[in-house]
Amino acid sequence: MTDPQAGEGTPILELRGVTKSFGAIQVLHGVDLKVFPGQVTALVGDNGAGKSTLIKSIAGIHPIDGGEILFEGRPVSVTGPRDSAALGIEVVYQDLALADNLDVVQNMFLGRERKRGILLDEASMEAAARDTLAKLSVRTLKSVRQLVSSLSGGQRQTVAIAKAVLWESKVVILDEPTAALGVAQTRQVLDLVRRLADTGHAVLYITHNMVDVFEVSDRVAALYLGRMAADVPISTVDRGQVIELITAGRSGNLGIAPAVAEASI
Amino acid sequence: MSNPVSTTKPEPSGAAPAGFEADRPDNSVSGVVRGYVDKVRGGDLGALPAVLGIVALGLLFFALRPNTFLTPLNISNLLVQAVPITLLAMGLVFVLLLGDIDLSAGVVSGVCAAVLAQLLAQSGAPWYVAILAACAAGALIGLFTGTLVGIVGIPSFVVTLALFLAFQGVTLRIIGQGGTIPVRDEVVQGIANRNLPVTLGWVLTAVAILLYAAIQLNRWRVQKARGLAHQPLAVVAARCVLIAVILVVVTAILSQDRALSAAVDLEGIPYAVPLVVILLLLLTFVLSRTSFGRHVYAVGGNAEAARRAGINVTRIRVLVFVLSSTMAAISGIAAASRLASVTAASGAGNTLLYAVGAAVIGGTSLFGGRGRVRDAVLGGLVVAIIANGLGLLGVEAYLNFIITGGVLLLAASVDALARRRAAATGH
Repeated sequence: MTDPQAGEGTPILELRGVTKSFGAIQVLHGVDLKVFPGQVTALVGDNGAGKSTLIKSIAGIHPIDGGEILFEGRPVSVTGPRDSAALGIEVVYQDLALADNLDVVQNMFLGRERKRGILLDEASMEAAARDTLAKLSVRTLKSVRQLVSSLSGGQRQTVAIAKAVLWESKVVILDEPTAALGVAQTRQVLDLVRRLADTGHAVLYITHNMVDVFEVSDRVAALYLGRMAADVPISTVDRGQVIELITAGRSGNLGIAPAVAEASI
Repeated sequence: MSNPVSTTKPEPSGAAPAGFEADRPDNSVSGVVRGYVDKVRGGDLGALPAVLGIVALGLLFFALRPNTFLTPLNISNLLVQAVPITLLAMGLVFVLLLGDIDLSAGVVSGVCAAVLAQLLAQSGAPWYVAILAACAAGALIGLFTGTLVGIVGIPSFVVTLALFLAFQGVTLRIIGQGGTIPVRDEVVQGIANRNLPVTLGWVLTAVAILLYAAIQLNRWRVQKARGLAHQPLAVVAARCVLIAVILVVVTAILSQDRALSAAVDLEGIPYAVPLVVILLLLLTFVLSRTSFGRHVYAVGGNAEAARRAGINVTRIRVLVFVLSSTMAAISGIAAASRLASVTAASGAGNTLLYAVGAAVIGGTSLFGGRGRVRDAVLGGLVVAIIANGLGLLGVEAYLNFIITGGVLLLAASVDALARRRAAATGH
């Protein structure tokens, strides 16, 4: 695949020829992907295209079998969740991974609590959580000491995203953040996604929703049966083309060569 | 990586960034009361059922046995009676917080008590060696149980049910068929049967009150100074006063001479009571102020979230079982001290159910994720009041079982209903 958008600066995260198999089933076939700081890259693809596997590979949950992951231009090895977290890659999963019985601050710092000696440093954690939420202009929470069980779906999503941002993350991966939300809450989350990019984060945004794609993304990457069909600026494609890329793997002169596409069916 | 965003100074003079209205505390007491009522109506009952239970049962038994129930002698008996149940329940609170259960905790306390008694009686070991050995036995058993649950992955219900049977055999082996080993060591016996000197009791009470007030007020001061969420001063002060009043009243009652004959002096706080208080403070500290405690809540609330947050869930599980079984050992020692003997049936029967009941009555959820160490103390008191009061009434054994079972069922129903209500109202 040629690269139609050379000269956009260095991608902060780049995948080259990433492959991944589970037993006899090969899920990812030489996937290339570039994610740029300050931009939202939409990752689209049909069910089973390998979107989840791809982000789990980046997150270190399913380490890659072949190919390369480059972070800030340097090849890195990601073999566990801690590796990706150490690089500054944070993943917000679809099921959010929040503990209902803990409050917002406790969830945001879960697993990485600040301590003074053996004591938890609640005061500094609360201040930092509040600060992060304020930076993202989150105004929908009543209190940072509210239990997560009392939050709406949109608020939970907000907390999960703020949690990812708290860690000076450079790349934030969002897995279908608006899938279960109503109209107003989707709006809030999309605004937040945009602000994430505007504050310099590289955002990889997994979604099924074409409206969302064209609303917030700067680039779109389409996976088709484990292959990257296209990874292009959003301005160069229209909605019909993206749908073709998702469903057929190619659209016009974009996408996978027909022979390859058929071979993988 | 570990210390991001921290350089930003907290906003001056408590001005929280816009958007967190509730963090600007409603400083009126009525606002706090309203908040509390909302919380209770939303299904977060906290300590309310247990406190109501203690008051209601206290009044009931006082009305039925006005001459014997609220006497200093009986109150002291009642407190000592509550000690083994409470200690066992304290450990179980941790297990229940994970959403697990330890059905073997009672018989583990029996095994550890048997180890203690055997070392004291047969080997003539000094008391501290025997106590340490009993606690070590508890920790070891906990490690075994925790390994089976956390690492092998067998449901805790099954593991501990099997161990419930197996450990009865172990106790029987240590004690011998139908045997009883007396515990004659003065120190061990003294835990439940001797009292603090009256003056020392008052000193400890004063220290406890001052310490509590200092910690509460200091936390309030820090929160206020840094513009964090905090309660109004009046509520903090009221809580300190309430604790002070309870401690003073209990100390005053226990400082009276409660001997039945004029020839002996029987006064002061039983040693077992400060033991419970110290363990209560220690475990509360662990649960609410350390990252281990936070992770216990997280695993109980959402184990998958905890795992993804980088928490070693298996390690937490194993540690919790070690802690719970060690508490069971301490409970076994207290029970051995109170009865001055250990039998093959120690810790069997309804010991465990009383302790689980105590934790649940106190407000710890059987579904995991919700509970505090103080629940064990409040619930332990309720269970002990029932046992003590029914004893004074001379109720027949069959009725005793039925009533205690009924109370447990009631507590579990309150838990389940509160949980449903909480789910419905989003608390």
